[in-house]
Amino acid sequence: MAEVMNEMNVNFFSRSCNESFARTVIAAFVSQLDPTIDELADIKTAISEAVTNCIVHGYKSGIGKIYVTAKIYENGRISIKVKDRGCGIDNIEQAMEPLFTTGGSERSGLGFAVMQSFMDKIKVTSKVGKGTTVSLDKYIIRRTVKNEKNQ
Amino acid sequence: MSVEILRKSSEVVAKIDGDIDHHTAAEIRKVIDENISLLKPKLLKLDFSGVQFMDSSGIGLIMGRFKLVKIAGGNLKVVNIPKRLERMIKMSGLTKLGIF
Repeated sequence: MAEVMNEMNVNFFSRSCNESFARTVIAAFVSQLDPTIDELADIKTAISEAVTNCIVHGYKSGIGKIYVTAKIYENGRISIKVKDRGCGIDNIEQAMEPLFTTGGSERSGLGFAVMQSFMDKIKVTSKVGKGTTVSLDKYIIRRTVKNEKNQ
Repeated sequence: MSVEILRKSSEVVAKIDGDIDHHTAAEIRKVIDENISLLKPKLLKLDFSGVQFMDSSGIGLIMGRFKLVKIAGGNLKVVNIPKRLERMIKMSGLTKLGIF
């Protein structure tokens, strides 16, 4: 089991203006791994999708809190959890089908498909009436070797 | 984020600058739809040259404008898509619509 090198937690209201806030925070945290522009764009896109799901679906009837945790492991893995305490998902398999959406005609239904494609691993746990947690993992190829344990 | 509307006879160009996410898509949609309704263009061009970031809300934005313009009897083209957004566009299947 790889050791956790660094961890961050942030929580914020499910207001749509916080979508860019979440992307900026995650990008700043992940930057210490010296990712490529493409790797960083992939992570920013995935977190944007996950946070948007909390706002559009989890808290569709009001404002709640979104909890984002990110961990960096010594093997270059970045693990991000995006959690809400909203309405939950009744049928996760159906929700993850590309083009399936309950968000109306302006939603593409591609959120989970994008997360799956842009990250290395995705796990969704949900309980109706309790909320949803999306776990996203990606391996960043290390291009620099540093004694990071002491930094 | 900003949207600049340029009119050339029966063609309307909407130049989008900044990030497209669920939050900004609402404002972009409002500006473009007002102009579709007012100017009734034969051709609406969405110029993506200034788009820095886009999640799947951008796909919803394109799909929605495609439907709206078609109903009004016009056509849609999406132009100047930055290379970094191509993967998202390909994933969406929108390339089959012949709007790129």
